[in-house]
Amino acid sequence: MTTPAAVDARAVRSLGRAHVRLAPVLASIGIVGALLPLVPLVIWAIAGQWRYPGLIPQRASSRGLRILADPRSQIAHGLLLSIGIGVSVAVLACVIAFPAGRAIGVYRFRGRRLIQFLLLAPVIVPGLAVTLGLQVFFIRYGLADTVIGVVLVQLMPTVPYAATVIGAAFANHDLDYERQARALGAGPIRVLLFVTVPLLRPALVAAGLFAFLISWSEYVLTLLVGGGQVQTLPLLLFAAIGSSDITAAAALAVLVIVPPLLLVTVSARVLSGVSGAAIGFGRL
Amino acid sequence: MTSSVHAGARPDIGTGDATAPPTGRGVSRAVRIGLLLSPAMLVIAVFFAAGVAQALAQSFGYQPFLPRWHWSTDAYRQVWTDPAVRASLLLTLRIAFVSTALATMLGVTAALVIRRLGRARRWVSSLLQANLAIPHLVGALCMVLLLDQAGFLSRIGHAIGLTGSPASFPPLTADRFGVGIISEYVWKETPFITVLALSALNRGAAELESAARVLGAGRWQRLRHVTLPLLAPTVGTASILVFAFAAGSYEVPYLLGRPYPATLPVVAYQAYTSTDLSTRPEAMAVAVLITVLSLVVVAAYLAVVARLSRRSL
Repeated sequence: MTTPAAVDARAVRSLGRAHVRLAPVLASIGIVGALLPLVPLVIWAIAGQWRYPGLIPQRASSRGLRILADPRSQIAHGLLLSIGIGVSVAVLACVIAFPAGRAIGVYRFRGRRLIQFLLLAPVIVPGLAVTLGLQVFFIRYGLADTVIGVVLVQLMPTVPYAATVIGAAFANHDLDYERQARALGAGPIRVLLFVTVPLLRPALVAAGLFAFLISWSEYVLTLLVGGGQVQTLPLLLFAAIGSSDITAAAALAVLVIVPPLLLVTVSARVLSGVSGAAIGFGRL
Repeated sequence: MTSSVHAGARPDIGTGDATAPPTGRGVSRAVRIGLLLSPAMLVIAVFFAAGVAQALAQSFGYQPFLPRWHWSTDAYRQVWTDPAVRASLLLTLRIAFVSTALATMLGVTAALVIRRLGRARRWVSSLLQANLAIPHLVGALCMVLLLDQAGFLSRIGHAIGLTGSPASFPPLTADRFGVGIISEYVWKETPFITVLALSALNRGAAELESAARVLGAGRWQRLRHVTLPLLAPTVGTASILVFAFAAGSYEVPYLLGRPYPATLPVVAYQAYTSTDLSTRPEAMAVAVLITVLSLVVVAAYLAVVARLSRRSL
Protein backbone atom coordinates (compact mmCIF):
# COMPACT_ATOMS: atom_id res chain seq x y z
CA MET A 1 0.00 0.00 0.00
CA THR A 2 1.27 3.46 -0.79
CA THR A 3 0.64 6.29 1.60
CA PRO A 4 0.00 9.78 0.18
CA ALA A 5 3.34 10.86 1.59
CA ALA A 6 5.15 8.11 -0.33
CA VAL A 7 3.38 9.08 -3.58
CA ASP A 8 4.33 12.67 -2.95
CA ALA A 9 7.95 11.73 -2.32
CA ARG A 10 8.07 9.72 -5.53
CA ALA A 11 6.56 12.61 -7.50
CA VAL A 12 9.19 14.94 -6.07
CA ARG A 13 11.96 12.50 -6.95
CA SER A 14 10.80 12.09 -10.56
CA LEU A 15 10.48 15.85 -10.86
CA GLY A 16 14.03 16.09 -9.62
CA ARG A 17 15.21 13.60 -12.26
CA ALA A 18 13.44 15.55 -15.02
CA HIS A 19 15.34 18.65 -13.92
CA VAL A 20 18.64 16.83 -13.82
CA ARG A 21 18.09 15.83 -17.46
CA LEU A 22 16.98 19.34 -18.35
CA ALA A 23 20.03 20.98 -16.77
CA PRO A 24 22.63 20.03 -19.43
CA VAL A 25 20.28 21.26 -22.17
CA LEU A 26 19.75 24.61 -20.45
CA ALA A 27 23.47 24.85 -19.71
CA SER A 28 24.29 24.27 -23.39
CA ILE A 29 21.86 27.02 -24.43
CA GLY A 30 23.51 29.31 -21.89
CA ILE A 31 27.00 28.57 -23.19
CA VAL A 32 25.92 29.20 -26.79
CA GLY A 33 24.32 32.49 -25.72
CA ALA A 34 27.45 33.51 -23.83
CA LEU A 35 29.91 32.72 -26.62
CA LEU A 36 27.87 33.46 -29.77
CA PRO A 37 28.48 37.25 -29.79
CA LEU A 38 32.24 36.60 -29.76
CA VAL A 39 32.08 34.44 -32.90
CA PRO A 40 31.56 37.20 -35.52
CA LEU A 41 34.12 39.38 -33.71
CA VAL A 42 36.86 36.76 -33.95
CA ILE A 43 35.96 35.89 -37.57
CA TRP A 44 35.97 39.57 -38.59
CA ALA A 45 39.46 39.98 -37.09
CA ILE A 46 40.88 37.52 -39.63
CA ALA A 47 38.54 38.32 -42.52
CA GLY A 48 39.88 39.79 -45.74
CA GLN A 49 36.49 40.05 -47.39
CA TRP A 50 33.21 39.05 -45.77
CA ARG A 51 30.16 40.13 -47.77
CA TYR A 52 26.55 39.41 -46.93
CA PRO A 53 25.16 36.73 -46.99
CA GLY A 54 28.30 34.61 -46.51
CA LEU A 55 28.43 32.74 -43.20
CA ILE A 56 32.21 32.59 -43.42
CA PRO A 57 34.50 35.17 -45.04
CA GLN A 58 35.04 34.93 -48.78
CA ARG A 59 38.70 35.57 -48.12
CA ALA A 60 40.80 35.28 -44.97
CA SER A 61 43.59 37.76 -44.35
CA SER A 62 46.24 38.64 -41.82
CA ARG A 63 45.61 42.33 -42.45
CA GLY A 64 43.99 42.78 -39.00
CA LEU A 65 47.05 41.34 -37.28
CA ARG A 66 49.35 43.46 -39.39
CA ILE A 67 47.46 46.61 -38.41
CA LEU A 68 48.03 45.72 -34.75
CA ALA A 69 51.75 45.36 -35.33
CA ASP A 70 52.05 48.48 -37.50
CA PRO A 71 54.06 51.10 -35.59
CA ARG A 72 52.20 53.92 -37.37
CA SER A 73 48.83 52.80 -36.00
CA GLN A 74 49.60 54.00 -32.43
CA ILE A 75 48.36 50.67 -31.13
CA ALA A 76 51.68 49.63 -29.57
CA HIS A 77 51.80 52.99 -27.82
CA GLY A 78 48.17 52.64 -26.69
CA LEU A 79 48.89 49.16 -25.35
CA LEU A 80 51.85 50.37 -23.28
CA LEU A 81 49.86 53.38 -22.08
CA SER A 82 46.88 51.22 -21.06
CA ILE A 83 49.17 48.82 -19.18
CA GLY A 84 51.02 51.69 -17.51
CA ILE A 85 47.84 53.49 -16.43
CA GLY A 86 46.20 50.21 -15.34
CA VAL A 87 49.17 49.14 -13.20
CA SER A 88 49.49 52.61 -11.66
CA VAL A 89 45.78 52.71 -10.83
CA ALA A 90 45.88 49.19 -9.38
CA VAL A 91 48.91 49.92 -7.15
CA LEU A 92 47.65 53.33 -6.01
CA ALA A 93 44.12 52.02 -5.35
CA CYS A 94 45.49 49.19 -3.19
CA VAL A 95 47.86 51.48 -1.27
CA ILE A 96 45.10 54.04 -0.61
CA ALA A 97 42.44 51.43 0.15
CA PHE A 98 44.61 49.26 2.44
CA PRO A 99 44.40 51.47 5.56
CA ALA A 100 40.72 52.23 4.92
CA GLY A 101 40.05 48.50 4.63
CA ARG A 102 41.79 47.99 7.98
CA ALA A 103 39.64 50.70 9.58
CA ILE A 104 36.30 49.30 8.38
CA GLY A 105 37.31 45.64 8.75
CA VAL A 106 38.92 45.70 12.20
CA TYR A 107 37.17 48.50 14.10
CA ARG A 108 33.57 49.04 15.09
CA PHE A 109 32.99 52.77 15.40
CA ARG A 110 30.16 55.24 15.14
CA GLY A 111 29.90 56.53 11.59
CA ARG A 112 31.13 53.23 10.15
CA ARG A 113 27.91 52.81 8.18
CA LEU A 114 28.27 56.34 6.81
CA ILE A 115 31.78 55.45 5.66
CA GLN A 116 30.47 52.29 4.02
CA PHE A 117 27.77 54.33 2.27
CA LEU A 118 30.37 56.85 1.08
CA LEU A 119 32.38 53.94 -0.28
CA LEU A 120 29.32 52.63 -2.13
CA ALA A 121 28.15 55.96 -3.61
CA PRO A 122 30.88 56.34 -6.26
CA VAL A 123 30.16 52.78 -7.38
CA ILE A 124 26.46 53.52 -7.90
CA VAL A 125 26.44 57.07 -9.23
CA PRO A 126 27.58 56.95 -12.88
CA GLY A 127 31.15 58.18 -13.35
CA LEU A 128 30.16 60.33 -16.32
CA ALA A 129 27.78 62.44 -14.21
CA VAL A 130 30.47 63.12 -11.59
CA THR A 131 33.31 63.70 -14.03
CA LEU A 132 31.43 66.36 -16.01
CA GLY A 133 31.50 68.49 -12.85
CA LEU A 134 35.01 67.41 -11.90
CA GLN A 135 36.46 68.55 -15.21
CA VAL A 136 36.75 72.13 -13.85
CA PHE A 137 39.36 71.10 -11.26
CA PHE A 138 41.37 69.10 -13.75
CA ILE A 139 41.51 72.11 -16.07
CA ARG A 140 42.28 74.53 -13.23
CA TYR A 141 45.18 72.45 -11.87
CA GLY A 142 46.62 71.62 -15.29
CA LEU A 143 45.73 67.93 -15.01
CA ALA A 144 43.38 67.90 -18.01
CA ASP A 145 44.81 66.13 -21.08
CA THR A 146 47.55 64.48 -18.96
CA VAL A 147 48.26 60.85 -18.08
CA ILE A 148 48.46 61.81 -14.39
CA GLY A 149 44.97 63.30 -14.60
CA VAL A 150 43.63 60.09 -16.13
CA VAL A 151 45.26 57.96 -13.41
CA LEU A 152 43.79 60.22 -10.71
CA VAL A 153 40.24 60.21 -12.11
CA GLN A 154 40.33 56.42 -12.40
CA LEU A 155 40.96 56.21 -8.67
CA MET A 156 37.34 57.30 -8.17
CA PRO A 157 35.74 54.03 -9.35
CA THR A 158 38.59 51.80 -8.09
CA VAL A 159 39.44 52.95 -4.54
CA PRO A 160 35.94 52.35 -3.07
CA TYR A 161 35.85 48.88 -4.55
CA ALA A 162 39.36 48.00 -3.34
CA ALA A 163 38.58 49.33 0.16
CA THR A 164 35.45 47.15 0.34
CA VAL A 165 37.28 43.97 -0.72
CA ILE A 166 40.25 44.62 1.57
CA GLY A 167 37.85 45.56 4.39
CA ALA A 168 36.06 42.21 4.05
CA ALA A 169 39.43 40.46 4.26
CA PHE A 170 40.47 42.45 7.35
CA ALA A 171 37.20 41.43 9.05
CA ASN A 172 38.40 37.79 8.89
CA HIS A 173 42.01 38.68 9.69
CA ASP A 174 43.40 37.36 12.99
CA LEU A 175 45.25 40.21 14.69
CA ASP A 176 46.97 37.75 17.04
CA TYR A 177 49.56 37.06 14.33
CA GLU A 178 50.53 40.73 14.46
CA ARG A 179 50.60 40.71 18.27
CA GLN A 180 52.90 37.68 18.27
CA ALA A 181 55.26 39.33 15.81
CA ARG A 182 55.27 42.47 17.95
CA ALA A 183 55.93 40.41 21.07
CA LEU A 184 58.89 38.79 19.31
CA GLY A 185 60.33 42.23 18.71
CA ALA A 186 59.27 43.15 15.16
CA GLY A 187 58.63 46.81 14.48
CA PRO A 188 55.43 48.10 12.88
CA ILE A 189 56.91 48.18 9.37
CA ARG A 190 58.26 44.64 9.61
CA VAL A 191 54.88 43.46 10.92
CA LEU A 192 53.16 45.14 8.00
CA LEU A 193 55.53 43.74 5.37
CA PHE A 194 56.08 40.24 6.71
CA VAL A 195 52.83 39.45 8.55
CA THR A 196 49.84 41.55 7.53
CA VAL A 197 50.46 41.93 3.80
CA PRO A 198 51.29 38.22 3.21
CA LEU A 199 48.18 37.16 5.17
CA LEU A 200 45.98 39.47 3.10
CA ARG A 201 47.66 38.66 -0.20
CA PRO A 202 44.58 37.05 -1.87
CA ALA A 203 42.38 40.09 -1.15
CA LEU A 204 45.12 42.47 -2.32
CA VAL A 205 45.57 40.48 -5.52
CA ALA A 206 41.78 40.51 -6.13
CA ALA A 207 41.47 44.24 -5.42
CA GLY A 208 44.48 45.09 -7.61
CA LEU A 209 43.31 42.82 -10.42
CA PHE A 210 39.85 44.39 -10.53
CA ALA A 211 41.26 47.89 -10.29
CA PHE A 212 43.43 47.04 -13.28
CA LEU A 213 40.48 45.59 -15.21
CA ILE A 214 38.26 48.61 -14.44
CA SER A 215 41.04 50.91 -15.63
CA TRP A 216 41.65 48.73 -18.69
CA SER A 217 37.97 49.00 -19.75
CA GLU A 218 37.44 52.65 -18.84
CA TYR A 219 36.42 54.81 -21.76
CA VAL A 220 34.41 57.88 -20.85
CA LEU A 221 36.48 59.08 -17.85
CA THR A 222 39.66 58.75 -19.92
CA LEU A 223 38.01 60.62 -22.79
CA LEU A 224 36.77 63.48 -20.60
CA VAL A 225 39.91 64.04 -18.54
CA GLY A 226 42.40 62.96 -21.20
CA GLY A 227 40.63 65.18 -23.71
CA GLY A 228 41.43 62.73 -26.50
CA GLN A 229 45.16 63.34 -25.91
CA VAL A 230 45.66 60.27 -23.72
CA GLN A 231 45.03 57.53 -26.29
CA THR A 232 44.50 54.34 -24.32
CA LEU A 233 43.32 51.18 -26.09
CA PRO A 234 39.59 51.82 -25.44
CA LEU A 235 39.89 55.25 -27.08
CA LEU A 236 41.67 53.78 -30.09
CA LEU A 237 39.04 51.05 -30.27
CA PHE A 238 36.19 53.57 -30.12
CA ALA A 239 37.74 55.50 -33.01
CA ALA A 240 38.25 52.25 -34.95
CA ILE A 241 34.59 51.28 -34.47
CA GLY A 242 33.62 54.69 -35.84
CA SER A 243 35.68 54.14 -38.99
CA SER A 244 34.28 51.77 -41.58
CA ASP A 245 37.16 49.28 -41.33
CA ILE A 246 35.49 46.42 -39.43
CA THR A 247 38.51 44.13 -39.69
CA ALA A 248 40.75 46.71 -38.02
CA ALA A 249 38.21 47.34 -35.24
CA ALA A 250 37.65 43.62 -34.63
CA ALA A 251 41.39 42.88 -34.52
CA LEU A 252 41.91 45.69 -32.00
CA ALA A 253 38.93 44.43 -29.94
CA VAL A 254 40.51 40.96 -29.81
CA LEU A 255 43.74 42.55 -28.58
CA VAL A 256 41.74 44.40 -25.89
CA ILE A 257 40.02 41.26 -24.56
CA VAL A 258 43.02 38.91 -24.47
CA PRO A 259 44.80 40.37 -21.40
CA PRO A 260 41.64 40.45 -19.20
CA LEU A 261 40.73 36.88 -20.18
CA LEU A 262 44.27 35.68 -19.40
CA LEU A 263 44.37 37.56 -16.08
CA VAL A 264 41.01 36.24 -14.92
CA THR A 265 41.88 32.68 -15.95
CA VAL A 266 45.26 32.77 -14.24
CA SER A 267 43.86 34.24 -11.03
CA ALA A 268 40.59 32.24 -10.95
CA ARG A 269 41.74 30.34 -7.84
CA VAL A 270 42.63 33.49 -5.94
CA LEU A 271 39.37 35.21 -6.90
CA SER A 272 37.11 32.35 -5.85
CA GLY A 273 38.74 32.36 -2.41
CA VAL A 274 38.10 36.06 -1.75
CA SER A 275 34.58 36.77 -0.52
CA GLY A 276 32.80 39.47 -2.47
CA ALA A 277 35.61 39.87 -4.99
CA ALA A 278 33.33 39.15 -7.94
CA ILE A 279 31.31 42.28 -7.19
CA GLY A 280 34.07 44.10 -9.04
CA PHE A 281 32.79 42.72 -12.32
CA GLY A 282 29.82 45.04 -11.88
CA ARG A 283 32.02 48.01 -12.69
CA LEU A 284 33.48 46.52 -15.82
CA MET B 1 34.30 63.64 6.48
CA THR B 2 36.48 61.92 9.02
CA SER B 3 35.14 64.18 11.77
CA SER B 4 32.21 61.84 12.29
CA VAL B 5 34.74 59.19 13.12
CA HIS B 6 36.48 61.38 15.67
CA ALA B 7 33.12 62.23 17.19
CA GLY B 8 32.43 58.54 17.50
CA ALA B 9 35.26 57.94 19.94
CA ARG B 10 34.14 55.53 22.62
CA PRO B 11 35.59 52.57 24.50
CA ASP B 12 35.72 49.30 22.61
CA ILE B 13 32.63 47.23 23.10
CA GLY B 14 31.30 44.00 21.70
CA THR B 15 33.03 42.43 18.75
CA GLY B 16 35.36 45.37 18.29
CA ASP B 17 36.91 44.70 21.67
CA ALA B 18 38.10 41.21 20.88
CA THR B 19 39.70 42.10 17.57
CA ALA B 20 40.94 45.62 18.23
CA PRO B 21 44.69 46.11 18.21
CA PRO B 22 46.29 46.37 21.63
CA THR B 23 47.22 50.02 21.30
CA GLY B 24 44.67 52.77 21.05
CA ARG B 25 41.86 53.57 23.43
CA GLY B 26 39.49 56.54 23.45
CA VAL B 27 40.79 59.55 21.60
CA SER B 28 43.96 57.93 20.28
CA ARG B 29 41.83 55.14 18.84
CA ALA B 30 39.58 57.63 17.06
CA VAL B 31 42.61 59.46 15.67
CA ARG B 32 44.01 56.17 14.51
CA ILE B 33 40.79 55.25 12.67
CA GLY B 34 40.61 58.73 11.17
CA LEU B 35 44.19 58.47 9.92
CA LEU B 36 43.56 55.04 8.44
CA LEU B 37 40.48 56.27 6.62
CA SER B 38 41.85 59.60 5.48
CA PRO B 39 43.57 58.59 2.19
CA ALA B 40 40.49 56.82 0.79
CA MET B 41 38.12 59.49 2.12
CA LEU B 42 40.32 62.15 0.55
CA VAL B 43 39.92 60.44 -2.83
CA ILE B 44 36.14 60.30 -2.37
CA ALA B 45 35.92 63.89 -1.12
CA VAL B 46 38.17 65.34 -3.83
CA PHE B 47 36.83 63.37 -6.77
CA PHE B 48 33.33 62.22 -5.95
CA ALA B 49 31.85 64.79 -3.56
CA ALA B 50 33.51 67.74 -5.28
CA GLY B 51 32.44 66.45 -8.68
CA VAL B 52 28.81 66.16 -7.58
CA ALA B 53 28.97 69.61 -5.92
CA GLN B 54 30.45 71.19 -9.06
CA ALA B 55 27.84 69.57 -11.28
CA LEU B 56 25.12 70.91 -8.96
CA ALA B 57 26.58 74.43 -8.87
CA GLN B 58 27.09 74.57 -12.61
CA SER B 59 23.56 73.28 -13.23
CA PHE B 60 22.33 76.34 -11.30
CA GLY B 61 24.25 78.72 -13.50
CA TYR B 62 27.76 78.81 -11.98
CA GLN B 63 30.22 79.16 -14.88
CA PRO B 64 33.81 78.85 -13.62
CA PHE B 65 35.40 80.03 -16.86
CA LEU B 66 33.12 82.94 -17.68
CA PRO B 67 33.67 86.40 -16.14
CA ARG B 68 29.94 87.00 -15.60
CA TRP B 69 27.40 84.48 -14.47
CA HIS B 70 24.39 84.40 -12.16
CA TRP B 71 22.47 81.78 -10.26
CA SER B 72 19.35 80.57 -12.03
CA THR B 73 17.13 77.58 -12.52
CA ASP B 74 16.98 78.16 -16.28
CA ALA B 75 18.84 74.96 -17.07
CA TYR B 76 16.31 72.87 -15.17
CA ARG B 77 13.41 74.72 -16.80
CA GLN B 78 14.93 74.06 -20.21
CA VAL B 79 15.61 70.42 -19.42
CA TRP B 80 12.06 70.01 -18.10
CA THR B 81 10.47 71.36 -21.28
CA ASP B 82 12.94 69.79 -23.71
CA PRO B 83 11.15 66.93 -25.52
CA ALA B 84 14.53 65.33 -26.24
CA VAL B 85 15.25 65.02 -22.52
CA ARG B 86 11.77 63.65 -21.79
CA ALA B 87 12.12 61.00 -24.49
CA SER B 88 15.63 60.30 -23.21
CA LEU B 89 14.44 59.86 -19.62
CA LEU B 90 11.80 57.33 -20.67
CA LEU B 91 14.25 55.46 -22.89
CA THR B 92 16.93 55.38 -20.18
CA LEU B 93 14.51 54.08 -17.55
CA ARG B 94 13.07 51.47 -19.90
CA ILE B 95 16.49 50.20 -20.95
CA ALA B 96 17.77 50.09 -17.37
CA PHE B 97 14.68 48.33 -15.99
CA VAL B 98 14.36 45.77 -18.79
CA SER B 99 18.10 44.99 -18.79
CA THR B 100 18.21 44.59 -15.02
CA ALA B 101 15.09 42.41 -14.88
CA LEU B 102 16.24 40.14 -17.72
CA ALA B 103 19.82 39.85 -16.44
CA THR B 104 18.61 39.09 -12.91
CA MET B 105 16.12 36.42 -13.98
CA LEU B 106 18.51 34.78 -16.43
CA GLY B 107 21.43 35.02 -14.01
CA VAL B 108 19.58 33.40 -11.12
CA THR B 109 18.20 30.68 -13.41
CA ALA B 110 21.69 30.02 -14.75
CA ALA B 111 23.06 29.73 -11.20
CA LEU B 112 20.33 27.25 -10.22
CA VAL B 113 20.98 25.22 -13.40
CA ILE B 114 24.77 25.23 -13.01
CA ARG B 115 24.39 24.01 -9.44
CA ARG B 116 22.51 20.94 -10.68
CA LEU B 117 25.27 19.96 -13.11
CA GLY B 118 27.65 17.26 -12.01
CA ARG B 119 31.32 17.32 -12.87
CA ALA B 120 30.72 19.71 -15.79
CA ARG B 121 29.83 22.45 -13.27
CA ARG B 122 33.30 23.92 -13.04
CA TRP B 123 34.04 24.42 -16.71
CA VAL B 124 30.46 25.37 -17.60
CA SER B 125 30.56 28.20 -15.08
CA SER B 126 33.98 29.31 -16.30
CA LEU B 127 32.71 29.35 -19.91
CA LEU B 128 29.66 31.36 -18.89
CA GLN B 129 32.01 33.77 -17.18
CA ALA B 130 34.19 34.17 -20.25
CA ASN B 131 32.56 37.48 -21.09
CA LEU B 132 32.78 38.88 -17.54
CA ALA B 133 36.14 40.52 -18.03
CA ILE B 134 35.36 41.79 -21.54
CA PRO B 135 35.04 45.60 -21.70
CA HIS B 136 31.56 46.92 -22.56
CA LEU B 137 33.05 48.74 -25.51
CA VAL B 138 34.03 45.38 -27.04
CA GLY B 139 30.62 44.00 -26.06
CA ALA B 140 28.97 46.81 -28.02
CA LEU B 141 31.07 46.01 -31.09
CA CYS B 142 30.17 42.31 -30.70
CA MET B 143 26.47 43.21 -30.67
CA VAL B 144 26.82 45.39 -33.78
CA LEU B 145 28.49 42.53 -35.66
CA LEU B 146 25.92 40.04 -34.36
CA LEU B 147 22.63 41.93 -34.57
CA ASP B 148 23.09 44.36 -37.46
CA GLN B 149 20.74 43.89 -40.43
CA ALA B 150 23.71 42.49 -42.35
CA GLY B 151 25.20 40.92 -39.22
CA PHE B 152 25.88 37.35 -38.20
CA LEU B 153 22.30 36.51 -37.10
CA SER B 154 20.92 37.98 -40.31
CA ARG B 155 23.33 35.80 -42.29
CA ILE B 156 22.25 32.72 -40.32
CA GLY B 157 18.64 33.72 -41.09
CA HIS B 158 19.53 33.87 -44.78
CA ALA B 159 21.35 30.54 -44.69
CA ILE B 160 18.34 28.71 -43.24
CA GLY B 161 15.97 30.53 -45.56
CA LEU B 162 14.17 32.80 -43.08
CA THR B 163 15.19 36.12 -44.62
CA GLY B 164 16.11 37.07 -48.19
CA SER B 165 18.03 40.29 -47.75
CA PRO B 166 19.42 42.51 -44.96
CA ALA B 167 16.30 44.68 -45.20
CA SER B 168 14.02 41.76 -44.33
CA PHE B 169 15.90 41.16 -41.04
CA PRO B 170 14.41 43.23 -38.19
CA PRO B 171 16.50 46.27 -37.18
CA LEU B 172 17.95 45.25 -33.79
CA THR B 173 20.63 47.93 -33.49
CA ALA B 174 19.85 51.65 -33.57
CA ASP B 175 16.24 50.55 -33.14
CA ARG B 176 13.41 52.44 -31.46
CA PHE B 177 13.07 50.16 -28.43
CA GLY B 178 16.77 49.81 -27.63
CA VAL B 179 17.01 46.06 -28.29
CA GLY B 180 20.70 46.28 -29.18
CA ILE B 181 21.57 48.21 -26.00
CA ILE B 182 19.52 45.86 -23.83
CA SER B 183 21.10 42.79 -25.48
CA GLU B 184 24.57 44.07 -24.68
CA TYR B 185 23.74 44.75 -21.02
CA VAL B 186 21.98 41.40 -20.61
CA TRP B 187 24.85 39.56 -22.29
CA LYS B 188 27.46 41.21 -20.05
CA GLU B 189 25.53 41.37 -16.77
CA THR B 190 23.83 37.95 -16.66
CA PRO B 191 27.11 36.12 -15.89
CA PHE B 192 27.83 38.76 -13.23
CA ILE B 193 24.56 37.92 -11.47
CA THR B 194 25.29 34.19 -11.96
CA VAL B 195 28.72 34.39 -10.34
CA LEU B 196 27.39 36.25 -7.31
CA ALA B 197 24.33 33.98 -7.01
CA LEU B 198 26.57 30.88 -7.12
CA SER B 199 28.83 32.31 -4.42
CA ALA B 200 25.74 33.01 -2.28
CA LEU B 201 24.45 29.46 -2.85
CA ASN B 202 27.79 28.06 -1.75
CA ARG B 203 27.31 29.57 1.68
CA GLY B 204 25.29 26.75 3.22
CA ALA B 205 22.23 26.69 0.92
CA ALA B 206 22.45 22.91 0.47
CA GLU B 207 22.15 22.24 4.22
CA LEU B 208 19.12 24.49 4.62
CA GLU B 209 17.44 23.00 1.56
CA SER B 210 17.90 19.43 2.75
CA ALA B 211 16.61 20.45 6.17
CA ALA B 212 13.51 21.88 4.47
CA ARG B 213 13.14 18.65 2.49
CA VAL B 214 13.34 16.54 5.61
CA LEU B 215 10.59 18.74 7.04
CA GLY B 216 8.43 17.91 4.01
CA ALA B 217 8.88 20.96 1.76
CA GLY B 218 8.39 20.29 -1.93
CA ARG B 219 10.66 21.50 -4.72
CA TRP B 220 8.80 24.78 -5.28
CA GLN B 221 8.36 25.41 -1.59
CA ARG B 222 12.10 25.00 -1.10
CA LEU B 223 12.83 27.33 -3.99
CA ARG B 224 10.29 29.90 -2.85
CA HIS B 225 10.97 29.85 0.88
CA VAL B 226 14.60 28.75 1.21
CA THR B 227 16.70 29.23 -1.91
CA LEU B 228 15.39 32.54 -3.26
CA PRO B 229 15.34 34.32 0.13
CA LEU B 230 18.93 33.14 0.63
CA LEU B 231 19.85 34.67 -2.71
CA ALA B 232 17.87 37.90 -2.23
CA PRO B 233 20.49 40.08 -0.47
CA THR B 234 23.38 39.17 -2.80
CA VAL B 235 21.35 39.24 -6.01
CA GLY B 236 19.65 42.43 -4.85
CA THR B 237 22.99 44.19 -4.41
CA ALA B 238 24.22 42.87 -7.71
CA SER B 239 21.15 44.04 -9.61
CA ILE B 240 21.49 47.52 -8.10
CA LEU B 241 24.94 47.69 -9.67
CA VAL B 242 23.52 46.43 -12.97
CA PHE B 243 20.77 49.06 -12.93
CA ALA B 244 23.14 51.88 -12.05
CA PHE B 245 25.50 50.81 -14.80
CA ALA B 246 22.75 50.43 -17.41
CA ALA B 247 21.37 53.88 -16.56
CA GLY B 248 24.75 55.60 -16.52
CA SER B 249 26.89 54.06 -19.24
CA TYR B 250 27.84 56.20 -22.22
CA GLU B 251 29.63 54.10 -24.82
CA VAL B 252 27.09 51.26 -25.13
CA PRO B 253 24.02 53.43 -25.94
CA TYR B 254 26.17 55.71 -28.08
CA LEU B 255 27.30 52.82 -30.28
CA LEU B 256 24.11 50.74 -30.28
CA GLY B 257 21.38 53.37 -29.99
CA ARG B 258 19.88 56.12 -32.08
CA PRO B 259 20.96 59.76 -32.00
CA TYR B 260 17.34 60.57 -31.06
CA PRO B 261 16.08 59.69 -28.59
CA ALA B 262 19.44 58.96 -26.92
CA THR B 263 19.92 57.88 -23.31
CA LEU B 264 20.59 60.50 -20.62
CA PRO B 265 24.38 60.01 -20.44
CA VAL B 266 24.63 60.50 -24.21
CA VAL B 267 22.47 63.64 -24.00
CA ALA B 268 24.60 64.98 -21.13
CA TYR B 269 27.87 64.28 -22.92
CA GLN B 270 26.69 65.86 -26.16
CA ALA B 271 25.41 68.97 -24.39
CA TYR B 272 28.72 69.19 -22.51
CA THR B 273 30.96 68.88 -25.57
CA SER B 274 28.83 71.23 -27.66
CA THR B 275 30.82 74.23 -28.89
CA ASP B 276 28.05 76.44 -27.54
CA LEU B 277 29.08 77.12 -23.92
CA SER B 278 25.51 78.10 -22.99
CA THR B 279 24.48 74.42 -23.08
CA ARG B 280 26.91 73.63 -20.23
CA PRO B 281 24.34 74.28 -17.47
CA GLU B 282 21.91 71.96 -19.26
CA ALA B 283 24.54 69.24 -19.47
CA MET B 284 25.11 69.61 -15.72
CA ALA B 285 21.36 69.53 -15.05
CA VAL B 286 21.13 66.25 -16.95
CA ALA B 287 24.16 64.93 -15.01
CA VAL B 288 22.40 65.86 -11.75
CA LEU B 289 19.25 64.17 -13.06
CA ILE B 290 21.23 60.95 -13.71
CA THR B 291 22.75 61.11 -10.22
CA VAL B 292 19.39 61.68 -8.51
CA LEU B 293 17.75 59.01 -10.66
CA SER B 294 20.30 56.34 -9.75
CA LEU B 295 20.16 57.23 -6.05
CA VAL B 296 16.33 57.28 -5.92
CA VAL B 297 15.93 53.98 -7.71
CA VAL B 298 18.55 52.38 -5.48
CA ALA B 299 16.84 53.68 -2.34
CA ALA B 300 13.41 52.46 -3.50
CA TYR B 301 14.85 49.13 -4.50
CA LEU B 302 16.65 48.69 -1.16
CA ALA B 303 13.38 49.38 0.68
CA VAL B 304 11.51 46.80 -1.39
CA VAL B 305 14.20 44.16 -1.00
CA ALA B 306 14.39 44.75 2.75
CA ARG B 307 10.63 44.26 3.08
CA LEU B 308 10.58 41.18 0.83
CA SER B 309 13.41 39.42 2.60
CA ARG B 310 11.86 40.20 6.01
CA ARG B 311 8.54 38.69 4.96
CA SER B 312 9.89 35.51 3.47
CA LEU B 313 12.36 34.71 6.23
